[in-house]
Amino acid sequence: MKPTVLNAPSNLRAISRSLRTLLFGVMASVPLLVNAGTTTAEVNTTGLAVTDSVVKVGQLHSATGTMAISETGSIQAERLAIDQINEMGGILGRKIEIIQEDGASDWPTFAEKARKLLVNDKVAAVFGCWTSASRKAVLPVFEKENGMLYYPTFYEGLEQSKNVIYTGQEATQQIIAGLDWLAKTKGAKKFYLVGSDYIWPRTSNKIARKHIENVLKGEVVGEDYFPLGHTQFGSLINKIKLKKPDAVYSIIVGGSNVAWWKQLKAAGVTSDKQTILTISVTEDEILGIGGENMVGFYAAMKYFQSLDNDNNKKFVAAFKAKYGDKAVIGDVTQAAYLGPWLWKAAVEKAGSFDIDKIAAASPGIELKTAPEGYVKVHENHHLWSKLRIGEALADGQYKVIYESDLIEPNPVPKGYQ
Amino acid sequence: MNIITPSTASAAGAPAWRAWIPLAALALFILAVLPLCLDLFRLNLVGKYLTYAFVAIGLVLCWGYGGILSLGQGVFFGLGGYAMAMFLKLEASDPESTKIQSTPGIPDFMDWNQITALPALWEPFHSLAFTLLAIVLVPGLMAFVIGVAMFKRRVGGVYFAIMTQAFAAMLSILIIGQQGYTGGVNGITDLKTLNGWDIRTDHAKYVLYFLNAGLLLASVALGQVLLKTKFGKLLLALRDKEERVRFSGYDVAAFKVFIFTLAAVLSAVGGAMFTLQVGFMSPSFVGIVPSIEMVIFTAVGGRLSLVGAVYGSLAVNFGKSYFSESFPQLWLFLMGGLFIAVVMLFPNGLAGLADSVRGAWQKWQARKAGQMTARGAPRTPAPPEDEPAAPTALRVKGGAA
Amino acid sequence: MDGMSFSEFGSVLIMQGFNGLSYFSVLLLMALGLAIIFGQMGVINMAHGEFLTIGAYTTYLLSVLSSTYAPWFESYYFIAAIIVGFGVAFVIGYLVEWLMIRHLYKRPLDSLLATWGLSLIMQQTFRSTFGPKEVSATLPAWLMGSYSPKEGLDIPLNGLFVMALTLALTSAVAAIMFYSRWGLRVRATTQNRAMAGAVGIDTAKIDRLTFALGCGIAGVAGAAFTTIGSTGPTSGSLYIVDTFLVVVFGGAQSLLGTIASAFSIAQTNSTLEFFMTGSIAKVITLATIIGILLLRPEGLFRLRVRK
Repeated sequence: MKPTVLNAPSNLRAISRSLRTLLFGVMASVPLLVNAGTTTAEVNTTGLAVTDSVVKVGQLHSATGTMAISETGSIQAERLAIDQINEMGGILGRKIEIIQEDGASDWPTFAEKARKLLVNDKVAAVFGCWTSASRKAVLPVFEKENGMLYYPTFYEGLEQSKNVIYTGQEATQQIIAGLDWLAKTKGAKKFYLVGSDYIWPRTSNKIARKHIENVLKGEVVGEDYFPLGHTQFGSLINKIKLKKPDAVYSIIVGGSNVAWWKQLKAAGVTSDKQTILTISVTEDEILGIGGENMVGFYAAMKYFQSLDNDNNKKFVAAFKAKYGDKAVIGDVTQAAYLGPWLWKAAVEKAGSFDIDKIAAASPGIELKTAPEGYVKVHENHHLWSKLRIGEALADGQYKVIYESDLIEPNPVPKGYQ
Repeated sequence: MNIITPSTASAAGAPAWRAWIPLAALALFILAVLPLCLDLFRLNLVGKYLTYAFVAIGLVLCWGYGGILSLGQGVFFGLGGYAMAMFLKLEASDPESTKIQSTPGIPDFMDWNQITALPALWEPFHSLAFTLLAIVLVPGLMAFVIGVAMFKRRVGGVYFAIMTQAFAAMLSILIIGQQGYTGGVNGITDLKTLNGWDIRTDHAKYVLYFLNAGLLLASVALGQVLLKTKFGKLLLALRDKEERVRFSGYDVAAFKVFIFTLAAVLSAVGGAMFTLQVGFMSPSFVGIVPSIEMVIFTAVGGRLSLVGAVYGSLAVNFGKSYFSESFPQLWLFLMGGLFIAVVMLFPNGLAGLADSVRGAWQKWQARKAGQMTARGAPRTPAPPEDEPAAPTALRVKGGAA
Repeated sequence: MDGMSFSEFGSVLIMQGFNGLSYFSVLLLMALGLAIIFGQMGVINMAHGEFLTIGAYTTYLLSVLSSTYAPWFESYYFIAAIIVGFGVAFVIGYLVEWLMIRHLYKRPLDSLLATWGLSLIMQQTFRSTFGPKEVSATLPAWLMGSYSPKEGLDIPLNGLFVMALTLALTSAVAAIMFYSRWGLRVRATTQNRAMAGAVGIDTAKIDRLTFALGCGIAGVAGAAFTTIGSTGPTSGSLYIVDTFLVVVFGGAQSLLGTIASAFSIAQTNSTLEFFMTGSIAKVITLATIIGILLLRPEGLFRLRVRK
């Protein structure tokens, strides 16, 4: 697992820097040598928590509260990646030490803990946050205190920051290819958009509507939003039956998800009668929904646990070895796993733990060892990635039935505003 | 920590100024001791906790003395905070810094929600004067309306408590649902300046801390003065025997409406100070959970002690912050255990504990003094006038102090 | 709505009517336990949502047990789960009353705070025991899918089941309260505790059983809701807000009020949802409730609220 660095810098200083980082890349597995070559003062000019042998990083997720359901997978994946990196000798010869903080599903707590990690603990990087609300709460803190956040969730876009690396997909990456697939293979012309009522589903559906109306020349026959935690979907299901769309596009999240799919099934809406494509149900969510309620419906994401490649097989095996045979891995869990590896690659490319240097070094970094196959960091700090369509099976897994080309991240899309 | 105030004021016959010693000690603690001992990060946290103390002292007045338990104080805290945040957000959303939006010059979340012009509701929040008025008046008015509706019909007790809770739930659903106008579940984030003054600098943090502490101390003082007046006595009387006060010809409902409104206004001031110090406002303060947590701050501090409420807010929040850093899996157990223990074992909280300790100390002193003067004489029982230093009498005094 | 025949429209209308009734049963089932405890004892059980969760996890455990050890039992386990869910919640409620609530009868506001503390502890216990992720009980085949008398008309089986359960449980509670000797004692205690004690009713025992009964009903509701909702450490909190609204709006101390309130909220919400988006429907429903409560804070049905 050795990340290679392929970047073509334009001036001499940058070339020497990239040569140096190439060297680090090669020597990552020989920690003693690296350590001999770089003093802590050299690789850490801004007073981060880096010593000759240890570098401290923060992990900021909800271990308690309503979001613990979703964030647990991310916590586990980040820990796995960090353990693996430590086994390989760490970063620039330094072991990674984790300081874990609990955001407790409460956005102000996230902001408080982020400040604590950056100001008091001076961590070199933070892996964390899940909901958009928690990211929005910590973003000003990261920008003011100049920290580096690796954010794993697929999200609405409309944001790019020097201080964040977004390892999940932004909305256009997840939506457009999925809709094209629906139009092409299912011949869908009439769409029904549903979502939980907050920023991610609203923005995503806004993009979806523009694409359906302007590019696919289709029609949106209904668009509905429900409060977070809503548990009654009978009326919506009846409306869908009345409008008879070719496809339902669903972005329901959290506790509502279970109620939505169970009630669909109970109302006789099965996959042979109605095509539904969701972008908010990973294998993690199916645990709560029950595979039997999801059979035959489609999900569009960049990663499924069943992906058939060597990287993924290793990853799934390592994950199960650490967290038990029954552990499942969803899209966000995989994206969270990428965080520490991308950070490692950036530090080694920059030859420094300094935040500014990492931020500058990140664009262009490639990860060929990613379980999802191959990713590359874009100038806008998002990842180039593929989109896949999975068909849900009764055992709670997805069967991958479509895979797109690499899609360029475009968090602030012009035509879709 | 300076929880047990070093006052040795005896219960009876103390000069009036003695009643102010605990407040003076509190002032010393939050204006001098804490700023000198803590770094800016921790001090900023204390500042945040002290904004909750506004709610807690409001609850001492309306719950401890008035007997009205409101489980919806987060509503008023939130309204105050949102009013402040709306002003700051408008200032942060000038056309220059929002030029990448479809509609420059409106807050970013409105742009994300396809709103193309500033809603009329937001217009007046361009003015600081209006905002400051709104912080006080909007929650005050709302509390007044709720109070009139409830107390005039003599709704009280547990029923009133769950009613306020229902209001909290509704308002939080409203705010989260109307995200184009309120920022939804994200809240209003990324606030920068107040009339051009950057609230994010270290200097500003110090200024805001002391402003906040000053306002809080003034509120505690106001509460103390209020409780010393006839109004304060009546409040206590109507908590204990509402009928008798009513039959004596007082308009009980009017008193209750007043104290509930006052508590709401205090909470709103706290909310506004929260927004200034933390730099954002979130609907998570409006809901049921934070509202109940604020009640527990009051209960831990002592529901009859204004000063105790401040210590209670500090103690619980420090505990929460410490335990969630050190034992993230355990802190909910501890928090829940604290709720139960305070209610079942120490209903008068820290202040009650301090008073019992003080009472025991005085008794012991008196006994020792007695032994000294009558050496060798058989031990005499404590003088009868010492006995009335019974918990209730003392607690009331200690509360007012 | 092109291509929509009259009979299809009729089917949707029937399904929508059913949907309103089904929502009504869910709300009533949620609120029943809370309403009993509050109505008869004046105590608000803030841990009500967690008692629902107990029922849900009991169902999950039985589902796992039966699929591992007794596959023949899989199609019946759900009935057992409802009974066991009642039993577990009943016993825990009994203990809670004995350890906590009975010391706080003179201080109803404090019992509210203490049960809130209890709810925090219970949530974390679920999380530590079952893990933070949601789980799912496999439903028996007879509860899955829909009853479809003709093309285009689907009546959800789980909705029918919840409805029948609510009907049975509410009638049972009403029968116990108004026709049994025990119910007579409960009502006597509610109306005049001292006098009830004087005529030889063991009021402490009555209280304990009433509280345990309320918790037990919450357990049944929790088990039933696994058919329509999620099972996780914080699932109870999804229902708790609606539960409080129903109880407050109904007038808190009357069973009839709770029923009327659940019915009107459910019908308003499900009808509005049909004509507009869900979150606006919720807002309008809530605003209406607020308006009515401000004009009539004692709720729809009033019984002994005026002090």
